[in-house]
Amino acid sequence: MYPENYRYTKEHEWVLVEDGTGTIGITDHAQHELGDIVYVEVPKVGTHVEQGKSFAVVESVKAASEIFAPVSGEVIAVNDQLATKPELLNSAPHTDGWIARIKLSVPDEIARLLSAADYQAYLAAE
Amino acid sequence: MKTLLKTPLNAVHRASGAKMVDFGGWDMPVEYAGVLEEHRAVRQGAGLFDVSHMGEIEVRGPQALELVQYVTVNDAAKLKTGQAQYSALLYQHGGFVDDILVHKVTDDHYFLCVNASNQDKDYEHIRAHNHFDADVENAGDQYAQLAIQGPLATGVVSKLTDADLASIKRYHFVDGAVSGVRARIARTGYTGEDGWEIYIAPDQAERLWNEILEAGREFAIQPCGLGARNTLRMEAAMPLYGHEIDASITPWEAGLDWIVKLDTAKLDKAKRDKGDFLGREALVKQKERGITRKLTGFEMKGRGIARDGYEILANGVQSGWVTSGGPAPALNKNIGMCMLPLHLCEPGSALEVSVRGRAVEAVTVPMPFYKRAR
Repeated sequence: MYPENYRYTKEHEWVLVEDGTGTIGITDHAQHELGDIVYVEVPKVGTHVEQGKSFAVVESVKAASEIFAPVSGEVIAVNDQLATKPELLNSAPHTDGWIARIKLSVPDEIARLLSAADYQAYLAAE
Repeated sequence: MKTLLKTPLNAVHRASGAKMVDFGGWDMPVEYAGVLEEHRAVRQGAGLFDVSHMGEIEVRGPQALELVQYVTVNDAAKLKTGQAQYSALLYQHGGFVDDILVHKVTDDHYFLCVNASNQDKDYEHIRAHNHFDADVENAGDQYAQLAIQGPLATGVVSKLTDADLASIKRYHFVDGAVSGVRARIARTGYTGEDGWEIYIAPDQAERLWNEILEAGREFAIQPCGLGARNTLRMEAAMPLYGHEIDASITPWEAGLDWIVKLDTAKLDKAKRDKGDFLGREALVKQKERGITRKLTGFEMKGRGIARDGYEILANGVQSGWVTSGGPAPALNKNIGMCMLPLHLCEPGSALEVSVRGRAVEAVTVPMPFYKRAR
């Protein structure tokens, strides 16, 4: 369920770091809690985001929720498919439902994130 | 931590994996299969809701009608036995205490269905104005309430009752039995669809819930939570207390003129005069003076979803606020209701909704947003 090579936050985001670039999304737990997702506000390419700061908004039928950046850096790509298929966050939160790619400015930040095992333990305790 | 109130079906909801939320102090299911799927089920088939959190107040006695007439805005004297009407309780200053359903059970017994979070307030309000030979009883814990809503709802309920449902018109009810359980069976609802609201004893709720789901299987009945209840009532432009109506808003401002009967005697001399009622004087004055703001429907033109409390602008000037907003699943649009100055209330007025600081284009439209085929 939760890929071993991803890192996670307690706010239920994930990041996959490859060659200094982080792909970011929300976790399966997050999409389940939010329910039917109908709108995703993605950041503009070129925006600088900071770890722990709001960088996107995901709206379910019921409410709007801020998504916090798991890592700092510059947004180099966003998932354009979400404009017409926001439901990808429900159906494939860890893959096709990715939100943005960020060029990491502080690679050491990764150390503060949770492993898959730690995140699942956190979910179990929550 | 405060303890949440529970309906008699709480364990059933939890066992079936419903997502639960704190709704005005009640531990209630917000969704089962997902809001969109539940919404679709009610628009196209049938949905089952536990609305046992709703309050009930019984008014009995020789002057039951006089008391109901004094504390409500609609004309309860027009009701025949077995008929219900949408009405409201107002303060002296014309603002809402609550919106309610008044059912005439007999000449000296009226049954009020009120909002869950307002039940005690409503009861105290009515009791405080009971200068009549009438008994007022706060009866919320004597009833569970199930709502079966949707174009196929009648098919489901008719399998479980001998009552001649076809002969019961909208806003009418009978006292009968549903799968052997004594029930008040009312053709009312909060979804914009045909449907039934069934009042039963709390200890029968679980059995009836299961029997309705079983009977509804051939109709693909869907258990529904408060999430879908909200999107459904919003499409039908039905007010929600605390959003479209509250103590600071009058029926004229809420667009509920049709439930206020200022002078029925002039319309029908044969009927008893509605006469004076709480809030009447304030309403007469406001009508003479004219209102300055009104509840208005809108839909989003730009990309963005309006949510409760968001600011509304017109030509960049702050002009009002969103009372309820969100996606309208059956219409494939993002809609909302808002309080606006009168000059912006005509359909076709250009607005902007402030969505997280971004002005998103919207336009006023007539309400309701959704109307069922008849």
